[in-house]
Amino acid sequence: MQVEKFYYDNRIVKQFAFATILWGVVGMLAGLLIAVQIYLPAANFGLPFTTFGRVRPVHTNAVIFAFVGNGMFMGVYYSLQRLCKARMFNDTLSKIHFWGWQLIIVLAAVTLLAGYTSGKEYAELEWPIDILIALIWIVFGINMFGTIIKRREKHLYVAIWFFIATWITVTMLHVVNSFELPFSWLKSYSFYAGVQDALVQWWYGHNAVAFFLTTPYLGIMYYFLPKAANRPVYSYRLSIIHFWALIFLYIWAGPHHLLYTALPDWAQSLGTVFSIMLIAPSWGGMLNGLFTLRGAWDKVREDPILKFMVVAITCYGMSTFEGPMLSIKSVNAITHFTDWTIAHVHVGALGWNGFLTFSILYWLIPRIYNTPLYSKKLATNHFWIGTIGIILYTIPMYWAGFTQALMWKQFTAEGTLKFQFLETVTHIIPMYITRSIGGVLYLSGVFIMVYNIYKTVKAGSLVADEAAEAPALESQAQEAHTEKHNKLYWHRWIEARPIQMLLFSLVAVAIGGILELVPTFLIKSNIPTIAAVKPYTPLELQGRDIYIREGCYLCHSQMVRPFRDEVARYGEYSKAGEFVYDHPFQWGSKRTGPDLARVGGKYPDSWHFNHMQDPQSMSPGSIMPSYTWLYENKIDTAITPAKIRAMITLGVPYAKGYDLQANADLIEQAKKIQTGLKAEKLEAGTNTEILALIAYLQRVGTDIKNAPKPTVAALTN
Amino acid sequence: MKFIHYLETITGVDIFGLSSLTIFFTFFVGMTIWVMTSDKKSLDKINHLPLDN
Repeated sequence: MQVEKFYYDNRIVKQFAFATILWGVVGMLAGLLIAVQIYLPAANFGLPFTTFGRVRPVHTNAVIFAFVGNGMFMGVYYSLQRLCKARMFNDTLSKIHFWGWQLIIVLAAVTLLAGYTSGKEYAELEWPIDILIALIWIVFGINMFGTIIKRREKHLYVAIWFFIATWITVTMLHVVNSFELPFSWLKSYSFYAGVQDALVQWWYGHNAVAFFLTTPYLGIMYYFLPKAANRPVYSYRLSIIHFWALIFLYIWAGPHHLLYTALPDWAQSLGTVFSIMLIAPSWGGMLNGLFTLRGAWDKVREDPILKFMVVAITCYGMSTFEGPMLSIKSVNAITHFTDWTIAHVHVGALGWNGFLTFSILYWLIPRIYNTPLYSKKLATNHFWIGTIGIILYTIPMYWAGFTQALMWKQFTAEGTLKFQFLETVTHIIPMYITRSIGGVLYLSGVFIMVYNIYKTVKAGSLVADEAAEAPALESQAQEAHTEKHNKLYWHRWIEARPIQMLLFSLVAVAIGGILELVPTFLIKSNIPTIAAVKPYTPLELQGRDIYIREGCYLCHSQMVRPFRDEVARYGEYSKAGEFVYDHPFQWGSKRTGPDLARVGGKYPDSWHFNHMQDPQSMSPGSIMPSYTWLYENKIDTAITPAKIRAMITLGVPYAKGYDLQANADLIEQAKKIQTGLKAEKLEAGTNTEILALIAYLQRVGTDIKNAPKPTVAALTN
Repeated sequence: MKFIHYLETITGVDIFGLSSLTIFFTFFVGMTIWVMTSDKKSLDKINHLPLDN
C-alpha cells in the first residue's frame, strides 16, 4: 500500500484556541457585569450602551457564538484533520472562516451595544450580520466537507457525524429563524408574528442549545475523551444510538419553552413528550462518556484534564436530566420565568461547555507547541476554583427561582396575593450577590488558565505544520470491495459516506421541524383572531421598537399564563389572537421585573414618565436601571413611513398609503401625551422617545378589553 | 407574504402529534436493529480511530 506524506494545519487550531480564550474572558466579564447590575442598579452607569438590556445579549452571544463557537471550531479543526488523516481542505477557506467569524463577533458586540437588535433571544443580530453568518458558515461547511471528501480514512468516526449534523441543522435553524424584512440598513422586522414567531424562535432557541452547544461538543467529547484517557469509547454501538436518537428527538422539543402560553395546546404537548424522551439518548451519551473511564479512574485523581472532562460530562448529564423535568407542565409552572432557568443553562454553559473547552485547551496547547503544560498544579487549582464557582453560581439561582415562584403564587387567607412583585425580587437579592461571587471565582479560574497557557506557549514553539502519513484511500478500496459481500455493506452506505450522512441528518431534523411548525402556519383555528385587536399606531410602533432596542424583553415578559396568581396579579391571561401584529413577538423568557402583558392603562402616563427616569422614585427598592436618554433623544420620524410599509408588506392591515399619513398621526398622539404630562407639571420634550415608549406601554394588552362581550343569545345558541 | 390563514381548513390536527410519534418509533426501532446487528469487529476498528493518530 502506498503511503502518502502530508501535514496537519495546527496554526488554524491555535488561532481558534486563542480566540476562544479571548472571547471567553470577554463574555464572562460581560456576564459578571450584568450579574452585579441586577442588585446594584448604579452599575448600569446611566449610559445606554452599558445598561443591562444591551449588555445581556452581548454576554449571551459572546459566550454562545464567540467562546463556544471558537471552541467548537478549535475542536473540529484539530480532530477532523486527524480523523480524516488529511490536512484541512483549503488553507484560505480556513483563514476566511477564522477572520470572518471574528469579524462577526466584533460587529455583533458593537451593534448590540448600540441597540440594534432583532429582539429575539440568541438570534438578536440584525440582518446584515445574519447574512454574514450564513456566508461564513457556508465557508466552514465547504472546508469541512472538502476535508471529509479528500480523507485517507475510509470510516467516518462518530465525532464527524456530530459535526455534520451540527452544520446542516444550524444552517436550517439560522435560515428559517432569520427570515426578516429589512426597512433600513441595520433594522428589520421578523417575517413571523406573535405565536408563529414564538414557535419558530423557540424551535431555533432550543436547537441552538442542541446543535451549537451540544452536538459539536459531543463530537469533540467522542474524540478528545478517548485521547485524554488513552482508551476507546466504552460502547461504539451506544454512540450510534446516542447520535441518531439525539438529533431526531432534539428538534421537536422547542415548544417546552412555551408551556402554558398562547401556543396551541397540541404543540405544547408534543414538545413535552419529546423532551422527556430526550433523557434516554442524553444519558446514553453521558454514561458512554463516563464508562469510557472504567479502569482509569486512578488517572482522574492525578490528571486535571480528565477531572475537567468528568465534571463536564456529569454536568451534561445533569442538565439533560433537568431539561426534560422542566418540560413537565407542572414543574414548568414553577420554574418558568424564574432564575431556575438561569441556573439550568449555567450548569450547561459553565460545566459542560466551559469545562470541556478548558480540558481540550490544556490537552491541545502543549501538543501543538510541543512542550509539556507549564503547571499541572495550576490547572488543578483552576479545576477546583471553577467547580466551586459553578456550585456558588447555580445553587443560589435554584434557590432564588424556587423561592420567587412560591412567593408569586402565595395567597393570603382572604384570597388576595400575599406579596407584591417587588417584594419577591428584594427577597432574593442575597442569592444574586452569591451568584456573582460564584461568577468571580469561575472567572478567576479562567485567568489562572490564561497564565498557565501563556507560560506553556512561551516555553514551546508552534508546530504549524505537523507531519503525518497514511495510505491513500484508493489503495484501501480493494479491502472495501471484499466487504461489499458481507452484511456490513448496507450499513456502510450511510456510515462512510458524508453526503448520505448529511442528507439523512437533514431528514431526521427536518421531519421534526416541519411537523411542528407547519400546522401553526397553515391552520386558521390555531390562532383565533380577535376582531378588537388592531395594528399599533405609528407612535406606538416607534415606542415598541424602543422597547426592543433597550432589551426590555430580557427582564419583562408579555405573557400572562392561565394561573390564578398570574390572573390576579396581572389581569386576563394572554390569548394567541392578541399578538397577530407583533413582529417580533415579545413574550420574554424571564421575569426579573413584572409581566407587562396588561400594563396598558394600569398606571397614568405621569407614572411611566417618572418611573423610566428614576425607577426607585416610583418603586422604592426597584432594581430597574433608569433610561434618562429617552428624555433627550428625538423619535426618528424619518423612518416611520418605511416601518409602516414594511408592516404592510408583512400583512399588517394599515390602509393603503398610510405610510405618508403616519407621521402626522404620530406627532398628534405625541402632543396629546405631552400635554397630559404638562397638566401634571411634567416637562417632556417635543417628539422625545419617552413619549413613544409611554404610548406603547399604555397600549400593550388593552385591545382585548374592547372586545364585545358575548351575549346571552350567543351563549345559548 | 402573510404567514397567517394560508389554508382555511385542515381538520384533525391530532394527526401531527400521532404521526410524529409513529415516525420516531419506527425510526428508533430500525436504528436499534441496525446497531445491534452490526459487526463487532468492524465497530471496534472504527472505535479505535481516535487512538490511531
